Amino acid sequence: MKLLDQALDFEPLPGPLKAWRAVVNEGQLLAFAKAVKQTGGRLVSLWGSDERDHNCDHNRDHSRQCGFTLHVAFAISEGLALLTLALSAENPAYPDLAEIFPTANRLQRANFDLLGIRATGGDPRPWLRHANWPANFFPLRRDVDGSQQFEIHNEEYAFVTVEGEGVHEIAVGPIHAGAIEPCHFRFSIVGEKVLRLEQRMGWVHKGIEKRLEQLPLAAGYKLAGRVSGDSTVAYAWAYCLAAESLSGCTPPPRALWLRALLLERERIANHLGDLGFLGNDAALAFGFSQFLRLKEDWLRLSGELFGHRYLMDCIVPGGVACDLSADGSTQIFRQCDAIEREVHILAGIYEEHAGLQDRFLTTGQLTPELAAELSVSGLAGRASSQPWDLRTQNAIAPYDQLDTRIITQRNGDVAARVAVRFDEVFESLRLIRCILTQMPQGECRVPLPPAADGAFAIGWIEGWRGDVLVALEAGAQGAIRRCHCHDPSWHIWPALEHVIMGNIVPDFPLINKSFNLSYSGVDI
Amino acid sequence: MHQLLKQIFVTGNKTEAAPEPDENLRVISQRLEKAMLDTLGRALVIRHIDAGSCNGCELEIHALGNPYYNLEALGIRFSASPRHADLLLVTGPVAQNMVVALQRAYEATPEPKLVVAVGDCGCHDESVFGKSYATCGRVSNIIPVDVAIPGCPPTPLALMQGILTVISGK
Repeated sequence: MKLLDQALDFEPLPGPLKAWRAVVNEGQLLAFAKAVKQTGGRLVSLWGSDERDHNCDHNRDHSRQCGFTLHVAFAISEGLALLTLALSAENPAYPDLAEIFPTANRLQRANFDLLGIRATGGDPRPWLRHANWPANFFPLRRDVDGSQQFEIHNEEYAFVTVEGEGVHEIAVGPIHAGAIEPCHFRFSIVGEKVLRLEQRMGWVHKGIEKRLEQLPLAAGYKLAGRVSGDSTVAYAWAYCLAAESLSGCTPPPRALWLRALLLERERIANHLGDLGFLGNDAALAFGFSQFLRLKEDWLRLSGELFGHRYLMDCIVPGGVACDLSADGSTQIFRQCDAIEREVHILAGIYEEHAGLQDRFLTTGQLTPELAAELSVSGLAGRASSQPWDLRTQNAIAPYDQLDTRIITQRNGDVAARVAVRFDEVFESLRLIRCILTQMPQGECRVPLPPAADGAFAIGWIEGWRGDVLVALEAGAQGAIRRCHCHDPSWHIWPALEHVIMGNIVPDFPLINKSFNLSYSGVDI
Repeated sequence: MHQLLKQIFVTGNKTEAAPEPDENLRVISQRLEKAMLDTLGRALVIRHIDAGSCNGCELEIHALGNPYYNLEALGIRFSASPRHADLLLVTGPVAQNMVVALQRAYEATPEPKLVVAVGDCGCHDESVFGKSYATCGRVSNIIPVDVAIPGCPPTPLALMQGILTVISGK
């Protein structure tokens, strides 16, 4: 099939998602990327794999010419378009896509650090590699087993410096003041005003993608569910969707409805927490106490009904590891009513609190133009007029029967991201009631059939933060050959560097919290 | 303001009883003397360090501040600097890239330098992340640990129990 009027022959990928793949050359990749940009699409992810172990003579698949491959996933109105480019073993280089999609920059640098494939003319600085493994060590190469440990060094990183009268720097992190994840923020400021922010990430790189290659296909969901702990449902579902799609498995209908129930519960849990922290960061401790109380009520019922407060390991290949009784369903209905009533009251209090609104309004503004330029999706994108939501645009069961309302705002400031969270809480409460009403009876899990060596599929799920993507390739005898996990934060972190400019330093924690991006998810 | 005050009144006091210490959580025996324990008493300052966590443990550490657990009511609070801290609450596994930062924070912490390792990955080398070029496993591989709180993530009650164990006598 043809996409975006490009002379490429796309093959559908297995599974329920609207997703296609084409093998391309460099010129076709660039032309397609430009067409995506021009038609309002966005870059989703970019990753590579080492195919040097394949036997060229017996390999009819053109994507594997015994070198490396680059995979680039784009979101377009039709669905997901995946382009695969073969790279030579001797000089694995590809055209720099950051010229077209600026947020490709970090993805390309991370890919070099992990696999040694380079974007020609791209930013040569490392990203995930600090000074703790040698520059010629590429952990995702197949001839590297990944268990080597190297001497630890303190890295001197080439931050961009800002010069001028009265300009000075504030260095923050990697250990931050609050109980949050590590990252280094380098602010260049004049007085209180931020001129520039540069982020140095990669501190919690755990080698997850290498570790996944050492696990059986049927077991990888646990690790995938710990790429970013606050999005465990989204990641586990994306992983399982990919595993099921490549092995031709269809989970029972009840399992799919339960997965949606868990995903919406995860969304509400995170939104409640964020609404509390946003009040706290604007000095309204009342908001923190109230929302964290509601979140605790929510988590306790999750723990009671599904065995885990954050729903870890509930989604498994072939279905779900839990079921819901009629009594449990009644408890959820009752809780939804109680939470909805209280969130309405708290929304009114936030709305009328002049001090709070003064901090929220016009702070940390991400314009729709910049959001589009940086491929920002998810909650942050929707607060800046980017109406991306897989639950409607690439709706798999049961979302194809749920008619999810996409919540958007236009202002792109902290207030807009707060407003989207409030409205998404109400929308998810509505969805949960629909799910409980319409959920069919039946079994919750089927066995995962064996997958063919080399079978490939994508899982793509709208988590609370945005779209989580898992690209999975099966190996021989039930192994994982390659698994790439992508967090939406990859595109939103660079946006944060832009929106902070011109704001005052004390507003940074508030702005950062209003995005609440994942560090672990991008450091993988 | 009327709605806000009404909401506080209607909510009431939600704080629940704190758990008892659990000696089984100790990695090494109590090294604080009674006089020191009496001094620390109920005024413990904690510096949290994420040395490589998936952020799951952090969610439960956040929950310690909610009205149900209300950790501050026990005189236990979080500090922004290790220099003000009695105790480091470290989540893991320790990423190779965080080793220097973790060591420096430990050096900056004044005696008695209490350390609590949090979560299955902070307590064991055989966690879901394992040991590799990128992670060096449990926290005690890098700095001495007094108490280990397993769990994925440990519940807020388990966290409170572990923290209270550090400052409890035998």
